[in-house]
Amino acid sequence: MEFQFQFDWQAAINSIPFLLKGLPYTLMISFGGLLIGFLLGILFGLLSLNRRWYLRWPATAYIEIFRGTPILVQVLFIFYGLPDLVGSPIEPMTAAIAAIAFNSGAYISEVVRGGVQSIARGQREAGLSLGLSRIQTFTYIIWPQAFRRMIPPLGNQAIVSIKDTSLFSVIGVGELVRQGQVYIANTFTAFEVYFAVAVLYLIITLSLSLLLRLVERRGSAA
Amino acid sequence: MSHIVEINELNKYFGEHHVLKDIDLQVETGEVVVIIGASGSGKSTLIRCINGLEEYNSGQLVVDQQPLAPHGGNQKALNAIRKEVGMVFQQFNLFPHLNVRRNIMLAPMKVKSTDQEAAADHADRLLERVGIASQADKFPGQLSGGQQQRVAIARALAMEPRLMLFDEPTSALDPEMVGEVLDVMRELAREGMTMLVVTHEMGFAREVADRVIYIHEGRIVEQGAPDQVFDNPQNERTQAFLSRVLSH
Repeated sequence: MEFQFQFDWQAAINSIPFLLKGLPYTLMISFGGLLIGFLLGILFGLLSLNRRWYLRWPATAYIEIFRGTPILVQVLFIFYGLPDLVGSPIEPMTAAIAAIAFNSGAYISEVVRGGVQSIARGQREAGLSLGLSRIQTFTYIIWPQAFRRMIPPLGNQAIVSIKDTSLFSVIGVGELVRQGQVYIANTFTAFEVYFAVAVLYLIITLSLSLLLRLVERRGSAA
Repeated sequence: MSHIVEINELNKYFGEHHVLKDIDLQVETGEVVVIIGASGSGKSTLIRCINGLEEYNSGQLVVDQQPLAPHGGNQKALNAIRKEVGMVFQQFNLFPHLNVRRNIMLAPMKVKSTDQEAAADHADRLLERVGIASQADKFPGQLSGGQQQRVAIARALAMEPRLMLFDEPTSALDPEMVGEVLDVMRELAREGMTMLVVTHEMGFAREVADRVIYIHEGRIVEQGAPDQVFDNPQNERTQAFLSRVLSH
């Protein structure tokens, strides 16, 4: 018997309206998680640079734990494990956003640390020598320069985190992949539907890449 | 005469390395003091102690009546001193994300709460004074080294310091740009600014300094008027150093 496979464009296209119902979830988890992750990253990134060990060590521990364990395990732990501790169930969306937040936060901490450390020591000395306080020196001199250098790695992390949201199908969040799985269960068109899912991710990530390139170009013009 | 800088028995270590040994130094208001010595002799470290960029281990340091304790002292004393003491660095250390005018305006606006208009006005006058009024809207990266260093001087002057520290201000410059920076410093000295200058420019030292100090391995081994130190050095270390740097 000869096996013949025909890519069914119509099946792929037909699946899209159903898949798109997952898009808001994918985007909400991504943006919500990354926004919190960015704030966590600034907080823990700066703490990891602090001279005082009792501030630095907890930050380092957080970074190592969330970088050193798989995000899949993290979300399973939050969704299935934590309810035992807190005594009430955790919403899948909450677990998903928390997982992206804590996971990306750890990576962004390292981006922040690297960005701040990359600014020459002379910049800080110049600020201090002018009578600016340490906080003013950081706010007006170090951070604006460091942030500009952080844009490419932050964009990178955003793309990684957007793709990581696909894992949350395992806790039943109706994001893109989950929608795909449900659709395939009824139509048995796995090839076409996962292809469509992949294209949708690519549209999101490419738009983001494009946006970042524009931001970088504007930044370097100054 | 009032001493704007008063240093007694100052010692500093980098780990095991004893970089400054029993330094005694008094600087009078209006005096121009040039510090010379080989690289690694501790001359830069000494002036960096004066505005607290380096901490020292023992001794006394009083700047403009403000004592600055060893190991950094308290933040308040440090800030008070830094407002009165300007510094110019070897590597300029201009803020690359701000244009020239903004580089100069930043500290007066944030530290002295000068309003924007007055700060901009002052910045433009300072740029005029250092001869680069036309560059105010450019970014540091668009300027030559000599121009950048003149901006750095203007930036320090914007805080109207009572004392200016110069840490090898011409060492990172191409030879043809050294002159324009020294001209600005010469002018500043003529106007009566108190200056402490670490430099390898012996011609400048001879011409502008009221006093030349020679540091060898962390110790002040000789000081005096320029002609005395350059033409008739008493210490054999000074003689050896000067014969090396003046022979070419």
